[in-house]
Amino acid sequence: MKRIAGLLLVVLAVGGVLWADSALSITGAGATFPYPMYSKWFDEYHKKNANLEINYQSIGSGGGIKQVTEGTVDFGATDGPMNDEQLKAYQDKHGSGILHFPTVLGAVVPTYNIPGVTAELNFTPEALAGIFLGKITKWNDPAIAGANKGVTLPAEDIVVVHRADGSGTTYCWTDYLSKVSDEWKTKVGKGGSVNWPVGLGGKGSEGVTGTVKNTPNSITYVELIYAESNKIPYGRVKNSAGVFVKASLAAVSAAGAAKEMPEDFRVSITNAPGKAAYPISTFTWLLIPEKFSDAGKRDAIKGFVKWMLADGQNYAEALSYAKLPKEVVSKEVKAIGKIQ
Amino acid sequence: MASATSIVPSAGPVAGSRSFLSRLRQGDEIARIITFLFAASVVLVTLLLVFDLWEGSALPRHKFGFIFFRTSVWDPIFDQFGALPFIYGTLVTATVSLLIAVPLGIGAAIFLAELAPARVSDTLEFFIDLLAAVPSVIYGLLGVFIVVPLMRQYVQPVLKHSLGFLPLFQGPAYGVGFLTAGIVLAIMVIPYIISVSREVLLSVPRDQREAALSLGATRWESTWKVVVPFARGGILGSIFLALARALGETMAVTMVIGNTPAISVSLFASGYSIAAVIANELTEATSNLHYQSLIELGLVLFLLTFMLNGLARLLIVATSQRGAGMGNA
Repeated sequence: MKRIAGLLLVVLAVGGVLWADSALSITGAGATFPYPMYSKWFDEYHKKNANLEINYQSIGSGGGIKQVTEGTVDFGATDGPMNDEQLKAYQDKHGSGILHFPTVLGAVVPTYNIPGVTAELNFTPEALAGIFLGKITKWNDPAIAGANKGVTLPAEDIVVVHRADGSGTTYCWTDYLSKVSDEWKTKVGKGGSVNWPVGLGGKGSEGVTGTVKNTPNSITYVELIYAESNKIPYGRVKNSAGVFVKASLAAVSAAGAAKEMPEDFRVSITNAPGKAAYPISTFTWLLIPEKFSDAGKRDAIKGFVKWMLADGQNYAEALSYAKLPKEVVSKEVKAIGKIQ
Repeated sequence: MASATSIVPSAGPVAGSRSFLSRLRQGDEIARIITFLFAASVVLVTLLLVFDLWEGSALPRHKFGFIFFRTSVWDPIFDQFGALPFIYGTLVTATVSLLIAVPLGIGAAIFLAELAPARVSDTLEFFIDLLAAVPSVIYGLLGVFIVVPLMRQYVQPVLKHSLGFLPLFQGPAYGVGFLTAGIVLAIMVIPYIISVSREVLLSVPRDQREAALSLGATRWESTWKVVVPFARGGILGSIFLALARALGETMAVTMVIGNTPAISVSLFASGYSIAAVIANELTEATSNLHYQSLIELGLVLFLLTFMLNGLARLLIVATSQRGAGMGNA
């Protein structure tokens, strides 16, 4: 009797596996920054569509671009848009293009540890570029002190801390510095990892914030979400309209709405115009192939993107991501038709 | 694989085909083939690894050639890649760690094997084995939360004050850097040295000690002049095991070394190691040249480990002959 029961169990288990296999499974890989958002979305969407399972591996933007280009995953995700060279590589390999779909927005904020200073500091673009280029070396430099009247800044050396691991956060930060400083653009440039003129490298957001906490008179940059969820104070940054703005979800969404969205959605919104816009903001993108050979997968992805742009956006703010501006959403809804 | 299996039967040509069959029936030959395959797979994996690293780094090998080993600029944006700071950082941190770990580790092993009561020795050995099994990220955390603040507040100011005339101990002290990475690595590898050396010392035959003692040697003389030289080969082996671990350690090093691709004489300065930069940059390396340069760094680390291991073999062979000679005397 026991043996029969065991046999039955095995048959059921095998049947279960086979049945589960018959459900549609889609895989994606890429950016780590939106991972909490994506896993929430894929989970919620699975609840609504029990026979569709979307697996996402947060292996980093570089890995996401690589894997979707090689065709090992169905879609990719990245914090910085693919460049022309990468788009061409995809086109050459697949004979068709790849589409960018912005999903949510994030921001990067400057955070610091100066003993005796509790006020929220104001940073001008010149001050940030100067500090990270190693040209402004003291906290009481006029470039910093001028924007912070009434705060006594020490005559101590500034210790710059930056991310050592390649990251979308660094991409956004260096993209911003490249826009506000010609010297940064020609000497350092923008990217997930760059050749830093000065400073110590920390591994991950927890690495840089840990180093800053331990090192007096230091400064670094982290994602807004990370600063919020770990209650790390951060400074205001002067935007292109001349207003010192503290990063917030509204200020980030304002930056997303400020710029004209190009047809391919590959847009950088750092240093965006508008009084309310926070200048160090960025979209994060899904990378979806234009052509699918599997019609089932194609329809499933189209369905998911449609849902993500409508109901999905409501989950964003609870996780400290900024929602997409309305204009961007309507433009993206039209673009879904390009997926074939 | 097929060619490997066909070699095996012909590898035992002395025995006739009949006895081969009978041995096959008894299972000896099957066991031999299977275990041979297992052993051969080690070589196969090593060769595959080298092949893959070599293939995967074609772009920078052609573009930079030997310049890769001589330049120290690492710029993913402007496509300049030089391995020198990483090789330097790897070697410096490994050297610092061994300078600290070898005397401490061997001293502790001598105490545990020769001087401590058996019960104390066994209890401590339990804890040492436990330490050897702690994941490296835990040592990294230990480094970040305890060693780095200690270094910045106490050790580095003291060193600067007393030995500051040496270029090794100059410059700003942030707590992270070569010295801190070396110390954390030392903490990590000491258990290996103690554990292996203790076993080797314990396995030295009793006669050796008794002979020395009966000739009027003190206990320390018999330990230092007879037992330790006898076990020299094994002790060296433990040191090279520690070296291999120190060279390849990734997580703990990246957490405390400062991750700056620069070459500085000062041990207070922050640097970078090969394993650390691969772990940090590989996932987000978007350009092919950047990605493949990281692969080439992997190849460099492999060769570095390979060369040092070869050196270790030579050293062990050279000294164990002397050790054996003393054993026979």
